Amino acid sequence: MRVRIPGGAALMAITGLMLAGPVHRIQPPAAAPRAFRVCADPNNMPFSSSRRDGFENRIAELLAHDLRLPVEYAWLPQGRGFIRKTLNAGLCDVVMGVPRDYDMVRTTHPYFRSTYAFVFRASSPYAVRTMDDSVLRRLRIGIHVIGDDYQNTPPAEALAARGIIDNVVGFPIFGDYGKPDPAAAIIHAVARDSIDVAIVWGPFAGYFATREHVPLTVVPLEHAVDASGQPFAYDISLGVRHADSAFAVLLDSLLVRDRAAITGILRTYGVPLLPVTATRSAAGDERLTVPVAHSSPTQE
Amino acid sequence: MQPMMSRRAPVRGSRRQAGHHARSVKQGVQARRGWSDMAGLALGALVGVLAWGTAAQAQATLAITAPHASSASAPAAAPPGDSAGTWVSPGKDYANTRYSPLDQITTANVGQLKELWSYTTGIQDGHEGQPLVVNGTMYIVTPFPDKLIAFDLSKPGPAKKWEYDPPVNPVAFGKACCDDVNRGASYADGKIVFNTLDNHTVAVDAATGKLVWSTKLGDPNTGETMTMAPLIVNGRVIVGDSGGEMAVWGWAQALDLKTGRVLWRARNTGPDRDVLIGPGFKPFYSWMQGKDLGTTSWRGQQWKIGGSASWGWVSYDPELDLIYFGTSNPGVWNPDMRPGDNLWSTTIWARDPKTGEARWAYQMTPHDQWDYDGVNENILADLPINGTVRKVLVHFDRNGFGYTIDRATGEVLVAEPFKTVNWASKVDLKTGRPVLNADKATHQGRLTKDVCPSSSGAKDEQPAAFSPQTKLFYVPSTNLCMDYGGIEARYISGTPYVGAAVRMYAGPGGNGARGEFLAWDAATGKKVWGITEKFPVWSGTLVTAGGVVFYGTLDGDFKAVDAKTGKVLWKTHFESGIVGNPITYTGSDGKQYIAVYSGVGGWMGAIVPGKLSIDDPWAALGAVGAVPDLPSVTKPGGMLHVFAVQ
Repeated sequence: MRVRIPGGAALMAITGLMLAGPVHRIQPPAAAPRAFRVCADPNNMPFSSSRRDGFENRIAELLAHDLRLPVEYAWLPQGRGFIRKTLNAGLCDVVMGVPRDYDMVRTTHPYFRSTYAFVFRASSPYAVRTMDDSVLRRLRIGIHVIGDDYQNTPPAEALAARGIIDNVVGFPIFGDYGKPDPAAAIIHAVARDSIDVAIVWGPFAGYFATREHVPLTVVPLEHAVDASGQPFAYDISLGVRHADSAFAVLLDSLLVRDRAAITGILRTYGVPLLPVTATRSAAGDERLTVPVAHSSPTQE
Repeated sequence: MQPMMSRRAPVRGSRRQAGHHARSVKQGVQARRGWSDMAGLALGALVGVLAWGTAAQAQATLAITAPHASSASAPAAAPPGDSAGTWVSPGKDYANTRYSPLDQITTANVGQLKELWSYTTGIQDGHEGQPLVVNGTMYIVTPFPDKLIAFDLSKPGPAKKWEYDPPVNPVAFGKACCDDVNRGASYADGKIVFNTLDNHTVAVDAATGKLVWSTKLGDPNTGETMTMAPLIVNGRVIVGDSGGEMAVWGWAQALDLKTGRVLWRARNTGPDRDVLIGPGFKPFYSWMQGKDLGTTSWRGQQWKIGGSASWGWVSYDPELDLIYFGTSNPGVWNPDMRPGDNLWSTTIWARDPKTGEARWAYQMTPHDQWDYDGVNENILADLPINGTVRKVLVHFDRNGFGYTIDRATGEVLVAEPFKTVNWASKVDLKTGRPVLNADKATHQGRLTKDVCPSSSGAKDEQPAAFSPQTKLFYVPSTNLCMDYGGIEARYISGTPYVGAAVRMYAGPGGNGARGEFLAWDAATGKKVWGITEKFPVWSGTLVTAGGVVFYGTLDGDFKAVDAKTGKVLWKTHFESGIVGNPITYTGSDGKQYIAVYSGVGGWMGAIVPGKLSIDDPWAALGAVGAVPDLPSVTKPGGMLHVFAVQ
């Protein structure tokens, strides 16, 4: 049955009925939402695409269904200025995946945790497990470069800290945005033997590695934080505008309610999953012993 | 190869007078189609003389006033179509002096300046750049979507004639890092030429507004955009790219003015054959001499996405036949991944406009760690230095040094800080290298405090001006320092990482002194006077023979100042802050007009149109923290304002 949602207070009340918990006494949003409005990248699989077939799209559908709302998108490449041009411009109300410590938005509790991962051909005579493996000094290593003035992904910083420089190849994460899956070029390069190993954010590894025509091995990095101080593991949350505290609380409720379904979606996409950390700004050199998902063409 | 105006020798005062008479009438000649340029020049000069007593007279007697007779020390050669009362090139002349010989508006009467008309562009974003005025028409290019609008100045304003809307790919909007600005157009040969954010250079018929040609130079899908104003030199349109941090391989190109065909491309990193370095390349300092330094000053293959874009201004010396422009930072790589000087980032190039070949280069910030793009304008002047008149270029860099460089050889004659500088203690003039302060180096995971200037620079792209009367440079500047480092969570394209948080704040003098408009003696490297401003000065500068300097503030004040003393003579206030560059021109009634945009934005003003959260001082690369009070004193806008003395 489709429930009409007339207004903020009513929304909270209805939500209270849907959930087992008490209704929160919180300032309701000013106007009744007509849609679950998502700020998203139209060409960034496995997260999101204009075909709505990324895992963020699927999770957005799930949450919107809970609220009996349609999903609407404000599409923009997720580069610099993304929050300013979308969420903070009022074109949409939620971003589906941000680091939990991302200060530009108000974050919910995390709904998954993942880590950077090595990707190499299963047929390689070497296996890469950690950033300290000596074989890294000889291999052609691919990393994403992200175009954020002097900032780079943690593997880039960790490699530079170890003096591993000459054999590093940068793949612009945007690649050729006019083509599908620009961020996947680095995985194609592994499959093609243009590079020996890529070190990329887990969801990219888990998704694209299974879609190559040669078997690839994905090994998530063991340490949450590198010896150089670079964090490899991140908790990922939803993000809303700072002022939208009521919406964040509502989303938290939905994430709890839909936890199993969300994890199921992430597994389908091959996202290497770690236990979400309990507290905000989890840092420190925790060594994770939880087995993580390995993706290869023989699985899933 | 286009028949084109013969190159003008550097103009000294008396010669410019005579030349102007012919040129001012030649406007009318050029308006008729079908004249070849060479014939037009010769015939125009003849017609100019004959027609002097008729159509041109009213304009000429009021507008054409001799600059004072003593040694005007700017080789401010005029682009074809230029005259005292027009503005056909972004920096007014090839030297980029932004100096106008018009002197109807003076220090005595500028207090009576009144706004006569304005036009709202309908776009609320940073309005950088400047209008053009030629053939009784004013041309403006708006921020994205880069609309070209023509106004008929013979009618009461705003009298819109036509508008050309290029079909700009909206992907470019998502890619542009800092604001979707456009820094303006150039006029030549009956065409208005400008760039669009999605990497097209476009030529539009100046009379009819119809597209003549459009050349695609890059794909915004790869992160490249274009924001700079082209310079047109001898039938060649010189353009450069933006997006240095987006893993682009920076370049400058020359297009044929008639057809838009690409004639040459010079990369800004890479092997000599791509950078167009050959036997004619003679850098002054030994550390810039050698083979393929654009690869060997990097490690591995990083130069391939070495950034070093050319998004700033271009100037030209017709006597030396050299164009000058700078390159941006190598920001796509974390500094520790790219040990070495990282040539040719943060470099001033001198190149042959015919072939693009490099003649000399000077890198200002080897192995940049602070985001000090080297793209600011290079103003050409002839200055007496230690008793000898030298042909120099003067460049106020992001890194805080005001450079006076021999523009024939690339030798640095003067390099002095024009704002607080502490990343380096000085520039060693013998070697040309900055002497670094080790405690201001930046590394991932380490907090480096109190670095001056901040990443936004002691001055960014907003252009200075030079007056051959006072021999002073008028410089819009910023007084911000920064803490660089620590860790903050970021993400791009779904990928989380930690970045160095950049927090910018007022330098010495505090929040009441985050900017300064200063007058600079480039022969000695000394400030002569300064006007303290509450906000960084993010507008460009105009100086006139009437002895008046114009600039605008981020909170919307537009000011006229005595060029000799720095005394504020007049000011007005706009609905939105000013990040554009004022111009002056002669109207159809023979009066002198001033025109400037309002519409705050650009990097420093991004907090206003973007509605950035004030409670995050690290946002917008730190700019928000530096000017959190800006949204309370101005708001987004976008207008063209025209003034005259009534």
